[in-house]
Amino acid sequence: MSAYLHLWLIPLAPFAGFLVNGLFGRRLPKWLVTAVALLAPLASFSAVLCDSSGDLLPHVETFGQWINAGLLHIDFSFVLDQLSLTMLLVVTGVGFLIHIYSVGYMKHEEGYARYFSYLNLFLFFMTVLVLAGNALVMFVGWEGVGLASYLLIGFYFKKQSAADAGKKAFIVNRIGDVGFLIGMFLLVANFGTLTFTEIAAKLGQDPGWQGGVVTVIALCLLLGATGKSAQIPLYIWLPDAMEGPTPVSALIHAATMVTAGVYMIARNHVLFDHSPFALSVVAVIGAATALFAATIALVQTDIKRVLAYSTISQLGYMFLGCGAAAYSAAIFHLVTHAFFKALLFLAAGAVIHALGGEQDLRKMGGLWKKMPVTFAVTTAGVLAIAGFFPFAGFFSKDAILYAVFQQGVNGKILWGVGLLTALLTSFYMFRLWYMAFLGEPRGESAHTHPTPFSMLAPLTILALLSIGGGWIGIDRVSGWINMERVSGFLAPVLGARGADAGNVQLELILSVIAVGAALFGWLLAHVFYRQDSTLPEDTRAALSGGYKILTNKYYVDEIYGATVVKPLMGISGLVLEVIVDYGILGGLAWLLTGIATLTGAVLQRWQSGNIRAYAAWVAAGAAALLLFVLVPWQTVWPQSLEFVWKMAGH
Amino acid sequence: MNPLYAQFQQEVPLSWYLALSAALFSLGVVGFIVKRNLITVFMSIELMLNAVNLSFVTFAHQWHAVKGQIFVFFVMMVAAAEAAVGLAIIIAVFRARATLAVDRIDRMSL
Repeated sequence: MSAYLHLWLIPLAPFAGFLVNGLFGRRLPKWLVTAVALLAPLASFSAVLCDSSGDLLPHVETFGQWINAGLLHIDFSFVLDQLSLTMLLVVTGVGFLIHIYSVGYMKHEEGYARYFSYLNLFLFFMTVLVLAGNALVMFVGWEGVGLASYLLIGFYFKKQSAADAGKKAFIVNRIGDVGFLIGMFLLVANFGTLTFTEIAAKLGQDPGWQGGVVTVIALCLLLGATGKSAQIPLYIWLPDAMEGPTPVSALIHAATMVTAGVYMIARNHVLFDHSPFALSVVAVIGAATALFAATIALVQTDIKRVLAYSTISQLGYMFLGCGAAAYSAAIFHLVTHAFFKALLFLAAGAVIHALGGEQDLRKMGGLWKKMPVTFAVTTAGVLAIAGFFPFAGFFSKDAILYAVFQQGVNGKILWGVGLLTALLTSFYMFRLWYMAFLGEPRGESAHTHPTPFSMLAPLTILALLSIGGGWIGIDRVSGWINMERVSGFLAPVLGARGADAGNVQLELILSVIAVGAALFGWLLAHVFYRQDSTLPEDTRAALSGGYKILTNKYYVDEIYGATVVKPLMGISGLVLEVIVDYGILGGLAWLLTGIATLTGAVLQRWQSGNIRAYAAWVAAGAAALLLFVLVPWQTVWPQSLEFVWKMAGH
Repeated sequence: MNPLYAQFQQEVPLSWYLALSAALFSLGVVGFIVKRNLITVFMSIELMLNAVNLSFVTFAHQWHAVKGQIFVFFVMMVAAAEAAVGLAIIIAVFRARATLAVDRIDRMSL
């Protein structure tokens, strides 16, 4: 607590980049835009690295009061602890790599400076979100990343589908934000504070906080998290968000922003710990989303959509981990997922870039010869996400599955769902791998553009992280993954998990089963897409009903359209537009103008232009004033009333 | 003091002066409103001013205060200046329009 770490530098650097590129970017030369855009996240990343010496944690910095109303005090405060440090390293580190990649990817695009200013703006809000010391500051970042996401999804705003996707993401996120807001209101009402540490302290003091209002708060926060992290029921925006440039999909819609929901749950884990019901809801939502999205990913033909559904599925894993109260495992998976999913998206971007914008897997093939580096890194990413030893995904996924397995009978069921998802994940990722890189070249894939070095370098670094990133989860002593190091590092924030650390044998068995499932998935993909070229067609014909449901994504968009969007539009059209807008608001406006016109029509006769009439009115006015002042009305009125009364014959 | 004068002074009470003032003022107002000739209108204004002067003097005498009399001097001075300017305007208007009927002089432009 002694040193002052200047935490404000971390968000400020990208914000400065945003201002420079956003205000002057169009007039600046391209190299200067690039330099500013790259320096901003680099400065941020360096600041995080400088602050990362563990002995100073947790470190709180307050920059002034924000709200001071009665008993409620809310400060602009940043907190650097093990949790936010981990997130910051991922956000700024992966963010910096993706900035570098974007330089190559966006080179020939219109709006180069605009793109980088948005990207920097995103980093600014994301670091605010992560550093926030209370829920309100977090909400600022939360809304800000939503804004940046909206701007970047709709980056090609001349394309109708991109503009619509941006709006969809924004609106669906608002639904979640309502949950977050109500959760905050309830926190203020029940705890009188929004500071995370104070909430935790108050919960810790009184063991009576259990269920009830805590459950409601936790569920409200969970609704917010499902919106941001694309979980059932609010996941529908993420696949459409692929309309944005591919590096954006990698940074915002895979590695960082969509994990904000997981981070928020981990940050508020004390609340969830006090509500077993909310925890099980988190676990069920996570498991359901993981399986659901994985099944949709099986049949998608757009390379980015496969990855989008895979992201939803992996986020489901993180929620599953949170639901099992294994927050550190969830955060661990968040980190490794950021590595390999950013890698996969960027590799997909490289493929799309090389093929001149082609995203259809069916028109790819045989790319391994033409893009050997991309092929190699994608292989690393696929192996990592499928959960093969010793790649990153293996450690984190197994940590989650192991934690889930220990949660009683229901945990066993959820573990089974997770295992099935692992199988499916392996299948669809190897399907992508086979379709894009192996086999014979199809369609456009005969002609490829070279991939610039600025795109290959981040890919290589991320590939190394995807291969080796999981080893931070290895316990040095026992040599096996019992999460000692990760959970030990995060323990001051997330709390230590006690009894589960011991059973190495059980964990070993579970890991072997999980890898077996992944291997089986690989084998299936191999049979389907490598050996027997007619098998996919035959299967599709045999299971045409199921296939149709899957390609149409379970008709969820259609169901939401019919049950939510259409009635809402109907109500808007009838009640809001006709009655409120035309009737009440329009009518009011007409009434006011009518009064004004009518009064004017009467009063304008006064303005006769006749000087003597004016003089007469002045004289009459003066007379009236005199009458008003001089006549003692208090006595005259009763008398005259009495007079009239008597005259009337009483 | 001449007792006759003292009696005379006593015999004209305050209200008479004020009534005269009010009557003169009302005459001025009516003249202003009713008359069409610009010069008559102008005279009506003078009449109103002098009616006010009368009530000023009356009250000054009643309260033995000299302020009211000073006001009268100011009013007379302003009235004299106004008469000079006003007559000049009237002559100019007559030269331009060949009429002094107030109803006809209702434009700002010549």
